[in-house]
Amino acid sequence: MSGKNEKSRETIIVIPAYNEEGNIGPLIGNIRRKDIDADILVIDDCSLDRTARVVEKAGALVIRLPFNMGYGNALQTGFKYALMKRYRYVIQMDADGQHDPDFIKTLLDEVKKEDADVVIGSRFMNDRSEYKTSWVRKTGMWLFGKIASIIIGQPVTDPTSGFQALSRDALRFYASRYYPSDYPDADVIIMLHRADLRIKEIPVRMLPRMQGQSMHSGLKPLYYIFKMFLSMFVTLLRKDRFQKRVEKNKEATHAVTTKNIRDQH
Amino acid sequence: MLLQQKIFAISISIVLFIIIIELVRRRKLREEYSWIWLTTAVVIILLAIWYDLLEFITDIIGAVLPTTTLFLFSIIFLLVINLYYATKISSLHGQVKDLAQNLAILRAELQEKTEM
Repeated sequence: MSGKNEKSRETIIVIPAYNEEGNIGPLIGNIRRKDIDADILVIDDCSLDRTARVVEKAGALVIRLPFNMGYGNALQTGFKYALMKRYRYVIQMDADGQHDPDFIKTLLDEVKKEDADVVIGSRFMNDRSEYKTSWVRKTGMWLFGKIASIIIGQPVTDPTSGFQALSRDALRFYASRYYPSDYPDADVIIMLHRADLRIKEIPVRMLPRMQGQSMHSGLKPLYYIFKMFLSMFVTLLRKDRFQKRVEKNKEATHAVTTKNIRDQH
Repeated sequence: MLLQQKIFAISISIVLFIIIIELVRRRKLREEYSWIWLTTAVVIILLAIWYDLLEFITDIIGAVLPTTTLFLFSIIFLLVINLYYATKISSLHGQVKDLAQNLAILRAELQEKTEM
């Protein structure tokens, strides 16, 4: 890990990457050129290529996962790091270069206003037709967006967007065990809402993929639809939910806590 | 129930019982999981010795043949044990995920410290 900046920054850009040696270098360069006061952290999801090496050479922070854990888990690793390092704001974006670095500042300014905890960069607020993906996924995205909108009582056009800005409260949720890190999607919106975190969408422009394959292919869309229905359904059934702030439980004495540890085995 | 059947069932469950105890003794099986299998062995012995019980259960659930009862309950048992393992795998999955994430973060931290 390099990036030896003495000044501690309050913003970190978290980029999960898998086999993106071709895209990640230019992306880091592009972000740097925008003159944003933020650290850049790339989570290398055990890539088979030289992704981590390229990031190191570019002078950004890199965390290497010991085995391939998937997009959501890689992302959450970054969130855990950001939480540990006490960053105030987090920008989450994809490594494939589809997210335009021009909009980082827009997202960041929006979350700094402190009237939203999660600012989602929506691909569809202006024009839905430009985005190319399989029809199953497209239908799924539309449907779950609608369902999520109805449940939270606020329109959400692009719940699956991987281009987001988070406040520290939201970061705490994303790093917690409540975050569905196996396959985070529209269900996250509902969980955020239940955790009393405020969501806001702003339009962003998408760039065409620079290189390589999209991660959504094969049978994944079908699993995605199944998982989304189940996850949304059980989320609504769950009684326990993420608390924005840690509340002191008056009844929990030391004896009780110790007992709980013993009972877990 | 024929004598042969009885001998067969009882010897199977006794062998099962011994294997389980041996596995626990060698620490290849945690005590935590062994009780399920020990109970299974005991139930098989019980049903082999006490045929009336099997007939009684058959009567209660409305099965025609006692064999049906046996098969039915063995399938239910396997189903339940699979479900139990699935929950265990889920929780292990979460624990491995947390460990790997923390390991990756700590390794990055360590590298940063040693480079400075």
